[in-house]
Order: sequence, then C-alpha cells, then structure tokens
Amino acid sequence: MDRRTFNTLLGGGLIAAATPLSLRGAAAADPIKVGYVYLGPVGDFGWTYQHDVGRKEADAHFGAAQTSVYVENVPEGPDAEHVCSDLAAKGCKLIFTTSFGYMNYTLAAAKKFPAVKFEHATGYKRADNVSTYNIRFYEGRFVQGVIAGKLSKSGVAGYIGSVAVPEVVQGANAFMLGMRSINPQAKLKLILINSWYDPGKEGDAAKALIDQGCDIITQHTDSPTPLQVAESRGILAFGEATDMAKFAPKAQLTASVNVWGPYYIKRIQDVIDGTWKSGDVWGGFNAGMLKMAPFANMPDDLKALAQQTVDDISSGKNKVFVGPLVDQSGATKLAAGQTMDDGTLSGLQWLVQGIEGKLG
Amino acid sequence: MFEPIRLVPRGQPSPFWTYASPALAIVLTVIVSGVMFFAMGKSPGAAVYTFLVAPLVQAGGLSALAVKAAPLIMMGAGLALCYRASVWNIGCEGQFTLGAICAGGVALAWPDLPAPILYPAAMIAGVVGGAATAALSAWLRTSLNVNEILSSLMMTYVAQYLLIYLVTGPWRDPQGFGFPQTAMFSDSATTPILIPGSGVHLGCLFAPLAAIAVWALMSKSTLGFQLRVVGEAPRAARFAGFSEKRLIWVAMLVSGGLAGLAGMFEVTGPIGQLTPQISPGYGFTAVIVAFLGRLHPIGAIFAGLLLALSYLGGDAAQIDLGLPNAVTGIFQGVLLFLLLACDILILYRPRLARPSGANAGAAR
Repeated sequence: MDRRTFNTLLGGGLIAAATPLSLRGAAAADPIKVGYVYLGPVGDFGWTYQHDVGRKEADAHFGAAQTSVYVENVPEGPDAEHVCSDLAAKGCKLIFTTSFGYMNYTLAAAKKFPAVKFEHATGYKRADNVSTYNIRFYEGRFVQGVIAGKLSKSGVAGYIGSVAVPEVVQGANAFMLGMRSINPQAKLKLILINSWYDPGKEGDAAKALIDQGCDIITQHTDSPTPLQVAESRGILAFGEATDMAKFAPKAQLTASVNVWGPYYIKRIQDVIDGTWKSGDVWGGFNAGMLKMAPFANMPDDLKALAQQTVDDISSGKNKVFVGPLVDQSGATKLAAGQTMDDGTLSGLQWLVQGIEGKLG
Repeated sequence: MFEPIRLVPRGQPSPFWTYASPALAIVLTVIVSGVMFFAMGKSPGAAVYTFLVAPLVQAGGLSALAVKAAPLIMMGAGLALCYRASVWNIGCEGQFTLGAICAGGVALAWPDLPAPILYPAAMIAGVVGGAATAALSAWLRTSLNVNEILSSLMMTYVAQYLLIYLVTGPWRDPQGFGFPQTAMFSDSATTPILIPGSGVHLGCLFAPLAAIAVWALMSKSTLGFQLRVVGEAPRAARFAGFSEKRLIWVAMLVSGGLAGLAGMFEVTGPIGQLTPQISPGYGFTAVIVAFLGRLHPIGAIFAGLLLALSYLGGDAAQIDLGLPNAVTGIFQGVLLFLLLACDILILYRPRLARPSGANAGAAR
C-alpha cells in the first residue's frame, strides 16, 4: 500500500472513529477486547512505553466500547506464541504484537485462531488475519542529521545502532544524508551493539563514540543512557522513540517520537465495523505516526530550519532517499534524480558514503 | 532478649523434613503471595488460582507447561548430578546455546537429507556442542585449576556472541531482508510433534527420560556412587582412590551434553530457526530447578514443572488480573527464599521457649 492509500484509509477511519458511538447503533454490544504483546516493561521509557501510550489513547478514545489488556517482558521466542494464543483464547479479537522477533510466533498463533485479527509491528510476513505496520523512522533521522550538520563543530557524529536490520540501516543512512545536505564533509561513526535495550552497552558505545571525536550522538536503541552520557560529557544528542528531555535537559536537541495511538484507534474501529483487512502500513510525519519532540538547545533559526525540513518531508517535497546515492565503496547505488522505492528501501543493506562502520 | 522459638540441632538430617520442607515452602509461598495480591487490591484466592491453577485447566495449558518445562527439566537433572559431585557448572546457558548452534549448523548445512539421517545427526551435534563447551571448563579446571564457576559462566557470553555473529553474518537468511535470523529449518530437521496441534514435541518426552537416566546413573552405578562420595566426602574419595579429575570430566560432560540437547530441541522444535534470542534464561533458571529439586534428578522434574508453571501463571496474571510482570519475579523470589528458609528444619528442630525462660533473658 502506498502512503496516499494509507492516508485515505487512515483519514476515513479517523472520521468514522470520531463519530459518536451512539450514532452507530451497535454501541450496546459487548466491548471488544484488544491485546498487546510488549517486548520490554511498560516503564522502559522508550519503545514499549510509547506503544503503551498508544494503547492508553485507544482506551480513552473508545471508553466503555473497548477493553485492553497487555503482557509485558515477553521474550522473542516460543513464549510469544503462547501469550498470543492465551490472549486469543481469552477473548481478544485484535492483538498487536509490538516487536520484530514475534513475527513467526504471531503467524503461528494466527493460524490457530483464524477469527482473531493480528497486527505485527515492523515485520514483513502477512496472512489473511495478520497485518504489518511500521513507522518511517528514517524521516526523523534526516531531520536529526540536518540539525547535526549545523551544530557539529568537529563534523563527526556518532550513531549507536542495535542490529543491522533495514530499519537501522535506513536510519543511519538518512542521518548521514541529512547531515551532508548541510556539511558535505561530515562523517558518521556507526556502532552496532546487537541489542535493542542494554543500558550498559549503550552507555559504553556512547563513551567510545565521544572519545573518538563525535560531538553529537544519536541512538537506535531504547534506553535513555546514551543521552545521559552525552549530558554528563557536555555534548549534544537526540532522544529515541519518546521525548527523553527529562533525562538530559541540556543535551537533547529533539527526539523522534513514535505515535502509535491513531493507528491503534483506526484498526480497532475497523474490527468493530467489520471492515478490517490485512495490509501493510508504513507511515511517517505525514500520516501522523512520527513527530519530533520540541526543538531545544539550538538557535531559533535552526529550529525554523528543522521545522521546515519536517514540513518538506511531510509534504513529499523531500523524499529523503533521492539519487545520486553512493555507497561506502564509492559505487553509485541510485542514479541522480531517482527516488528509492519502498521495496528497495525495506530491504536496505548498504551504507552511504561518509559512514564509518559496517553492518554485522 | 526473649526468643519465642529456639532452634535445636537435630544431630542428623531429618528424612521427613527433607521432603516436607519444599511442600511447606510452597504452602507458605501461596500464603505470602496471597497477602501480596491482597495488598495490590486483588482477591488473594482468585490471584493464587490465576497464578497456579488457571494455566493448567485452560485449553492447551498442559501442553504449554510441558513445552516450557522440558528444557528446564533436562538441564536441571544434569546440574543435579553435577552439583552432587560439588562441580559447579553455572554455564548451562552457554552449553544450551552451543548445542543449539551445532544442531542448527547441521540442519542448515544439509537441509535436504532425509529425516532419519538428518534429525539424529542434529541431536548428536547438539549433545556434542554442549558437552564440548563444558569440556573446556573441565579441562581448565583439571589441568590449570581454573574455577569452573567462572569459566563456565564466561563461556555463556562467548556462546551468545558467537550466536549473534552467526545469525547476523554467515548464517543469515538470504531471504530475510537482513534481519538477524537464519532460514527456517527444513522439515527433516524439525523436532517431531507428539500430539498434533498441541506443540508437545519429542523433547517433552526426552526430558523426564533424561532425568530418570541421570537418576539411574547416580543411584545404581559405581560411577554414581563415586560422584556422590567425591561431593560429600572428598577426603574419603581420595583415600578410596577415586580419580577426582575423571569425575569432574564426567559431571561436566553429562550436564553440558544435556544442556546442548535441550538447546537442540528448542531451536529445532518451538523456534524452528536460529535467532539472537533462543533462550529466555533457561540455563540460569535450571540452576534454581536443580536446587529446588533437592539436587535429585527426579526432583528436577517436579521443580521444572513448578517453575514453568510460575512463568505461565505470570502471563495469565497479566492478562486476567492486569498485574505487572514483576509479580512473576517476586513470586519466584519468595518461593526460593522460603525454600531455603524451610530447609533449616532439615537440620534443626524448632522449640517453643518456656515462659520460665524469662529469667534467663534477664540474666543475660
């Protein structure tokens, strides 16, 4: 599904969702039960926390017409299938599984419960009753790159990545492209820590990057530790998944904030209306699934530039992955004037010129 | 100070309390956690039911329990033997991982071989992988006197990094969009399901059999006798001429091999591929299983089932009662704490102090 179709769907859904429940007749029916499977604790102040914010928004929106239940700290293994089956057996009609590692287990549970709808975040396998959904995180990375290009004195930024999945590769590349759009000599040092949440490793990576001369760091991992390291070392950084300003008021420039609530509300409404269909949604600024936390610790003209960048990406004027794109070895991967299509983008496995570091 | 209860040494361990102490601990755990649930605003009876009974009575509950308990029982039984011989293998998690890696390597290398060849080969690879990892610690201990607690624990991290390297590098699924995972194993390398539709696989049958085999080895063989003597009375073992080095090797190889086999079953069964996350800490939980089961291989079966139940109960408590996941950890912690506390009854007899003892307090 391309973005425009999605927006139409989302827009329609939001209008339908905004209609008072009493007008829809079926309001007297039993409340629909919705399940959420979380990777971390809801108190991780990152990825899982933000999903739980979405769950609460849906709760507030539907009131008595819906009940929700979540299971946290679910390992990415056979337990996930058990939890999904358990939720389905206990009456959940729609289940959101919010981590990539749940993919095969979500599909296995979906096979056992064909009448239950499943929504798997960040995966690529679908079925008649399994949809996938994700956020165009890279759009926020480009904005971060633009800010870093203006503010970095050394011209060297650091990127703490988790694992070399396309999402992380897109993020690092988009950051570099944004930074080089301001400073063509800029460099980005990439470290992968092979974990999504490991405060110890995240902190060590942050220190290593700062020691190597990076004066701005960003992270594709879930804990606020790198930001806290940046704060204590007196450099600048970006928050991840949620506004982390309270952990590093002097260091955080902005943060890419994941907004899951509207999507959850729309999909729950679809199930209530009987219009739910399996699909793949990949939304960014324009769809309201991604936003930037308030710009801080930077001059006003840069705040304006950052906002302009957000607006340009949102309107489609800036498509981020536009040729010419050259990889680390100097080979041209995308000719001038071309825009990378979503299929190529979602399997991205190479880094653009200017990034120091490698995948896996 | 007035002491309402005094502990008097029994002189020798009480056979009754050796078995009654875990039962008492479980009863006390139910009471303590009931109070905790009450303090959290839940009905204690309903909460305890949700935690300990509901997972068993719901559809598919027993099979979920068997699948979850299988690796715990297999490793717990091996560790019981190991710890009886005072060989402290803490690295089951790493042996589990290496077993899974070796079995997965075989499965990925020859996916088209027929099952009667490929599957046993994967099993052997799993056992060899786990045993070889443990062998390294055994060799370090017997030849260089390196503490096996440290070496086996550190091997856990080595194994985890090796797994990450393989699934993000050479063994990554070419069709997997760069995600860190191998291809799914072929059907002939997949652990057979014993009861269709239930998820109960061959490993669930192997686990209790392995525990019984370890029990037979320990109680019916000379080797088992030597293992127990070296653990309980090392001086006597030395006088009797038992080779301590040989027994360390046996203990490490048996526990490592079982851990490797558990890893093999897990990745060829419920998981079906190698991913960076193949164990939610089974190897460490198995240490608890071994102690909860009184370092007895048959005890490990019951202990494995109980801990598996506490995990399933934790999920059920989140879904049915909205209790946080931390409750599972607290429940397990309370259980272990009370188990250790109740163990004091094995060696000591509690005695109520007489009122006449009040003077004695003043004299002190």
